[in-house]
Amino acid sequence: MIRTRVIATAASVPEQVITNADLAKIVDTSDEWITQRTGIRERHISAGENTSVLVINVAKQLLERAAVKAEDIDLIIVASVTQDYGTPSLACMIQKEIGAVNAVAFDVVAACSGFMFALSTADKFIKSGAYGNALVIGGETLSKIVDWTDRATCVLFGDGAGGAYVEKSEEAGMEWENIGSAGEKYEILTEGYTNCANAFNDNPASVDPLWYVNMNGREVFKFATKKVTGSLKKLMEEKHLKHEDVKYFIPHQANIRIVEVIAKKLGIPFEKFYMNIDRLGNTSSASIPMALNELNEQGLLERGDKIVLAGFGGGMTWGTMLIVW
Amino acid sequence: MVFEKIREIIAEQTGKDVSEITLETNVKDDLDADSLDLFQIINDIEDEFDVSVENPEAIVTVKDAVDFVESHK
Repeated sequence: MIRTRVIATAASVPEQVITNADLAKIVDTSDEWITQRTGIRERHISAGENTSVLVINVAKQLLERAAVKAEDIDLIIVASVTQDYGTPSLACMIQKEIGAVNAVAFDVVAACSGFMFALSTADKFIKSGAYGNALVIGGETLSKIVDWTDRATCVLFGDGAGGAYVEKSEEAGMEWENIGSAGEKYEILTEGYTNCANAFNDNPASVDPLWYVNMNGREVFKFATKKVTGSLKKLMEEKHLKHEDVKYFIPHQANIRIVEVIAKKLGIPFEKFYMNIDRLGNTSSASIPMALNELNEQGLLERGDKIVLAGFGGGMTWGTMLIVW
Repeated sequence: MVFEKIREIIAEQTGKDVSEITLETNVKDDLDADSLDLFQIINDIEDEFDVSVENPEAIVTVKDAVDFVESHK
């Protein structure tokens, strides 16, 4: 049976670090307020680098770490909600930059679940037998779609990218997944709305307030805690897993309090959830691959370890996956 | 019964003792609950009593929560 295995991971963030104290200089907030409600202490914010710069860095590192040639890459799938262009896709920009002339390249949009949707897509292409490997990357510059005068949202987000090189394997790999969408709730978390201004109507072409991240905090909190809890419960039941069998749970890093609720509801010790939100903030589709890369770079993952990835976010969408390392 | 259960939910979320929670208790001000604690308290009340709170801002005191549940279940 064909499986899809993660061979290498990588990440890239802009150099500029913005602390909570820095934010307190531009909006009415404080380090204590932000830390207590989100777990975030600092985040990397672009000093002008667009998302393509970050995802290209990740792609180059992945080729080097996996020791594969660009022309041997079959697929490039990027998850993002903050692409440089409407077209081309970030995946095509990577393809040009690294010279992956034989690859099929496209982006997927599933917000903070984006990396899970991209990984699931790569898994299916590979399992079809038609493709042998893929670069799967999540990358964002959320700083460009955040209203920096809105203290309720601007403290939450950060910029960054992370990814994995995956390939066909006869051994263990991606073992189980549950991805889903709840489009009926899409209005509780939106960004990037562009109104239909053209030469033949009266719509002004100025920036619409819906360009920025708009969020119904309570509804998003409720969706995340319920959906992720339900999805993880389904995984543990169907695969007869106890939390002791899982080395790490890697949740999307949206808010430490959401993860605390999920851990408590499932009776899983919070320490088993790998968190880096304190240093990176919420980086949407980049958060899970960046966390996975941190674990990998620290040598904390061994062959055979069971790891659970759990994304959730705009759309609304969610995606849970069990990986055997 | 509703009061006892709601008191339990609030005590668990805020880490306070049930004896500190009365009908008159203002959840935010008297128990130092922040907005995310309130989200979770309301979520737990919704699950426990199978109700849907459309306007969570209207629930300020424990009595508000008890009255809401009693009139909606």
